[in-house]
Amino acid sequence: MKDTYPILKRELRSYFTSPLAYVILVVFQVLSAMFFFLNLKGFLQLQFDPNFQLLREQLNLNNAIVVPYFHTLSIVLLFIIPLITMRLITDERKSHTAELLFTSPINLSSIIVGKYLAALILLIIMLLLSSLNILVLTLHGNPDLGYVISSYLGLFFLGASFLSIGLFASSVSNSQLVAAVIAFGILLFLWLAGASSDTETSFFGYLSLINHFNNFGKGIIDLKDLTYYISVMFIGLFLAHAALYSERWR
Amino acid sequence: MIQVQNVSKHYGQLVAVDNVSFHLEKGDVLGFLGPNGAGKTTTMRIITGYMPPTKGSVYIADIDVFEDPQAAKSYIGYLPENPPLYEDMVVREYLDFVADIKQIPKKEKNNRIHYVMEKCGITDVSKRIIGHLSKGYRQRIGIAQALINDPEVLVLDEPTSGLDPMQIIEIRELIHGLSGERTVILSTHILPEVTMICSKVVIINKGKIALEESLERLTNKMDGVENILLKTRYSGEEIQDQIISLPNVSDIRLGLESELIIEQKKGTDIREEISELVMRNGWGLLEMRPVTHNLEEVFLRAITSEGN
Repeated sequence: MKDTYPILKRELRSYFTSPLAYVILVVFQVLSAMFFFLNLKGFLQLQFDPNFQLLREQLNLNNAIVVPYFHTLSIVLLFIIPLITMRLITDERKSHTAELLFTSPINLSSIIVGKYLAALILLIIMLLLSSLNILVLTLHGNPDLGYVISSYLGLFFLGASFLSIGLFASSVSNSQLVAAVIAFGILLFLWLAGASSDTETSFFGYLSLINHFNNFGKGIIDLKDLTYYISVMFIGLFLAHAALYSERWR
Repeated sequence: MIQVQNVSKHYGQLVAVDNVSFHLEKGDVLGFLGPNGAGKTTTMRIITGYMPPTKGSVYIADIDVFEDPQAAKSYIGYLPENPPLYEDMVVREYLDFVADIKQIPKKEKNNRIHYVMEKCGITDVSKRIIGHLSKGYRQRIGIAQALINDPEVLVLDEPTSGLDPMQIIEIRELIHGLSGERTVILSTHILPEVTMICSKVVIINKGKIALEESLERLTNKMDGVENILLKTRYSGEEIQDQIISLPNVSDIRLGLESELIIEQKKGTDIREEISELVMRNGWGLLEMRPVTHNLEEVFLRAITSEGN
């Protein structure tokens, strides 16, 4: 596994020597800040609502800002992550460096894991930047840090699952655009298929990527949800491995 | 050093490589020839372990490339048809990365990188971004990349394609200087290149080996037979008919630019008879000269006889 390090290093460097990483970070940060302030503004306006006293119980900082904020971030991730992963494998084909990688004495899993870790690091940077918004809240209020931490954990696992599906999409395609479309298609399908049913009673409900996030958003870290996300991550990486391995047998 | 045994590769219905076998000793330089689409690149990809064969096996230093790919691959340096370069990287960084994935120990890494940069003449561009460099430099970086693990086996897929004549000569000299201890497989369709640097020739056509010979024996075979090249203003069937009926002519055929190549029987000189014939018929003699039986003809004969 020590072979993953050079792959990871090169991949990260390539994210940050091209404008891609910066554009993604900026777009994600601008969108998350915008949604954050929309929530904040709505919350402030409610304070002047004559019915405010009646709603007071439900309308605290957490329910009005923190929870919807993280929910919005999960949707933004859905759109942005296919753009992070689309180039991971397709670029190696385009620049013919796949031939270098696959004729080097390192195994395929090191290559895949190295690339995956690089994308994960970019995700972590995105999430860290978005926490600046929450930081503003702590200056003048006291949001429940339990909610914040469990939501970030949830976002991390949600994003990590997205990334592994995106990596798989990139491994079966020769073009970045096609890879992004495939990734987005799979994600949206898994998102919508079970969105209206719950994880306990319906198969699609269980499959749904977003359903498992809801608990995290409510401050609940459930082993079942963790198991689900970790399984999706492994399945994505496994499929990418299978796709790249079998490609050369054909 | 390299043993290729009954290797076939099928892409669905298409047979790209058909039962190819050859072996190379340590120090051999193999010129791997064939028309475009003959299966050269596929064969090289199989030898380097990039893709497995449908049938057959490849041994590098007695290691089966598909039983123990990791071990076999550490013997190989490979320059694919398109040099595998990360355009956004600086040359030095790129070589550093390749050294890492080829598992070169940290202590030796710097020395190796300096050595290959020196050897391939890219030291002066070591701080430039690869994407900004010319084709010639890219090709050299590709070769540098293949050399970085000091491989015993060097596989070069058309190393001189797309270069200008000056660069071709430089790369050729570079490869010539690299052979010796190393075993080299070099694909090309520039035939003189083979006579200059190779010790062995394999010609492949439509996936099959059409000829396998050491260069020494090949040149011996070619010696002694002298052909006559003939160009006339008038061209018609009857020229060929009349020439072939001359007593000392054994064969006649069209050359690459529709000139006539006349094969004469050993120890005879038919130039006078031919010029007389041309004059008498008023065909308009443009050019006539003896041509030695060269590799080009061996090549053409090998790939056309295969077709029949």
